[in-house]
Amino acid sequence: MLRGTVKLFASVREAAGRSVIEWELTNGATVETLVAHLQETLPGLDERSDHMWIAVNRQYATLKTALQDGDEVALFPPVSGG
Amino acid sequence: MSHKLFEITTLPISVDEVSHRVTSPAVGAVVSFAGIVRGINNGRQVRYLEYEAFPEMAEPMLAQIAKEIKARWPVDKVAIVHRVGRQEIGETSVIIAIASGHRQGAFEAGRYAIDRIKEIVPVWKKEYFEGGEVWIEGPEKPPESEVTRSDLTE
Repeated sequence: MLRGTVKLFASVREAAGRSVIEWELTNGATVETLVAHLQETLPGLDERSDHMWIAVNRQYATLKTALQDGDEVALFPPVSGG
Repeated sequence: MSHKLFEITTLPISVDEVSHRVTSPAVGAVVSFAGIVRGINNGRQVRYLEYEAFPEMAEPMLAQIAKEIKARWPVDKVAIVHRVGRQEIGETSVIIAIASGHRQGAFEAGRYAIDRIKEIVPVWKKEYFEGGEVWIEGPEKPPESEVTRSDLTE
């Protein structure tokens, strides 16, 4: 099994109603697996799915990125700083 | 006073203070940019902005932008400080200070820095206006793995 955390920010955090979630997935899981898993329990995330940016261990990643034990995933909307 | 060159802070920020972080005897020019909370956006009367960041990722991304700048222009030091939390109209949300021996390149570097902040740094703003609130979201595509961990170690 793989275990880690996912952090949610800004409108994605509000849609999910959570800012940090612990996850546990089987070996071979990708970010896509995780997002699908989160959407089952947090319906608010569904409508956000094609509008989320992804980071794994604070580096930009994609839905195809393979997860490893201890990974910190972050999901957030397109950035709007400045 | 902080001496960090790349910082996400909840405290008010000043151009003078951030500029001092990059000055040294070798420096003949400091170009600074300040982003200010604007009171009108898309025709709406803005009351205030609330900024949120992922600081543990945002600070390394600011350092990454400085690294990109140094690869393109002959600048000495770069400091970028972004404030988060509630900010009122007219307050300063972001400051970029670029020090160089001479002015050549420093202006272009400053322009590049603010453009890149809006592309890759995980900071978001929520606009509170008369009658509602809305998250402002950038139109940009995700950077994917353009920025990798190895790029961040100088």
